[in-house]
Amino acid sequence: MNKKIDSRNNLVIMIIMIVLSVAFLIPILIVFMNSFKGKLYISDTPFKLPSKTTFVGLNNYIEGIVKIGFFKSFGWSLFITIFSVAAIVFFTSMTGWWLTRVKTKFTTALYYMFAFSMIVPFQMVMFPMVKVSNMLHLDNPFGIIVIYLGFGAGLSVFMFCGFVKSLPIEVEESAMIDGCTPILTFFKVVLPILKPTAITVAILNTMWIWNDYLLPYLLIGNNYKTIPIAIQYLKGGYGAIDMGAMMAMLVLAIIPIIVFYMLCQKHIVKGVISGAVKG
Amino acid sequence: MEKTLKKYFPIFVLPTLIAFTIAFIIPFILGVYLSFCDFNTVTNAKFIGFGNYSKAFSINREFINALWFTIKFTIISVTTINIFAFLLALSLTREIKGTNIFRTIFFMPNLIGGIVLGYIWQLIINGILYKFEVTLTFNAKYGFWGLVALMNWQLIGYMMIIYIAGIQNVPEDLIEAAKIDGATPVQILKKIIIPMVMPSITICLFLTLSNSFKLFDQNLALTAGAPSKKTTMLALDIYNTFYGRSGFEGVGQAKAVIFFILVAAIAITQLVITRKKEVESE
Repeated sequence: MNKKIDSRNNLVIMIIMIVLSVAFLIPILIVFMNSFKGKLYISDTPFKLPSKTTFVGLNNYIEGIVKIGFFKSFGWSLFITIFSVAAIVFFTSMTGWWLTRVKTKFTTALYYMFAFSMIVPFQMVMFPMVKVSNMLHLDNPFGIIVIYLGFGAGLSVFMFCGFVKSLPIEVEESAMIDGCTPILTFFKVVLPILKPTAITVAILNTMWIWNDYLLPYLLIGNNYKTIPIAIQYLKGGYGAIDMGAMMAMLVLAIIPIIVFYMLCQKHIVKGVISGAVKG
Repeated sequence: MEKTLKKYFPIFVLPTLIAFTIAFIIPFILGVYLSFCDFNTVTNAKFIGFGNYSKAFSINREFINALWFTIKFTIISVTTINIFAFLLALSLTREIKGTNIFRTIFFMPNLIGGIVLGYIWQLIINGILYKFEVTLTFNAKYGFWGLVALMNWQLIGYMMIIYIAGIQNVPEDLIEAAKIDGATPVQILKKIIIPMVMPSITICLFLTLSNSFKLFDQNLALTAGAPSKKTTMLALDIYNTFYGRSGFEGVGQAKAVIFFILVAAIAITQLVITRKKEVESE
């Protein structure tokens, strides 16, 4: 009896879930659909499929790509994200291990400073950070990597410290007694064990940096447009937006994210959960 | 081992520390100092005391309006997101087919950046409002509920994943035992599941709270504050004060410090609550 009610309830829930997940996908599908319509037909009838008169093929894509230099933006986004994330994982894992294994007042103070930086919103340091970066000539796609390392260090060091604390120190000690230098010990013994945390840190920082708008806009936005900057730029200062190009560029901006999600879904979900619990 | 390790400070810590100093420590200290100064660039700062702070509230009502808008938005979105996410999590931890596909779909919007999300929802909401011959920026109400819808779409899946992890940690035999004792599903939910997933609820509440409170990109892309700055949230108001027109940098920095104190207060409250729970459960 109970089983019957259960399975009937499950069927109802499943139908609700199907309806809801379709509803969840609709915003993206509508953007996709409109990316093939002439720009004048988008604002008026966004929910209608393209017809003979409104269908323009790939015109919006071509126009958008030319207008904002999409491939260049894609390149800069990719460059900045990959090298910033690599720098963050490489340097903060070393820092996290060192800070946990060396116990002095200085390391404790440093640890708390990194932890403290996690609760400071970007707007608090925005203006001085941009000025300091300008003075130090970090306002280019290479310099911004330093800024991302610095601003991302808080969460990443904190996560590595948390994981290293749970590791037994004996393995590292015996490696060092056998004559390994600290550097060799770190890369041969510690880093392989840190791999799960390293993946989590990499995923969290990738999601942040790839989508980040304000920091790169203020720092390098005039000369180097990442994808979010390019899309905001398409809106322009005044007047009407070219809706056709906008739709096409939104689609092109979403595609890499979906590919990334499909490729490392398990890691992303795991990373996001452990990031939430620790942050 | 510690002694040898200490000598390696320049290799292990210095690179991170230098970047951290440039990107965070110096800007933070400068930021606090500059909030008490009159300046256009960092180099011509002149100390003026609390003038910027009183100006933040007195030159116009923009900051207070932004604060109210942010608080109202945060309350509504935190409530709706968590209720929907929890319901989804409950549904998707039952034995139904395709839970993984559903989870995948619900979570996906979370990966899309704020600017892109803003323009997606601008299209959708304008499309709906077109039937009533108005646009999103016609009335601040539209912008408000548009932001709420957008935030729900973005964060429900994320919170759902955390709730699912929490629900899966509830021991199965506990629920079985309750069922045998004749507990109704509502009783099981109230007396077993909700108390057991309290840690997840705390995490989700504070995640949605700080995400909603600090919202910027979505706000900028969806309405940019229109009509007449009525849908401006705190972060956007601070940005506008800095870069809108020259001469108000000090006021902007004072607003930023107030913003920081509010965000920090939220974070510290969370820390205290989590610590207290941990002590209780030990």
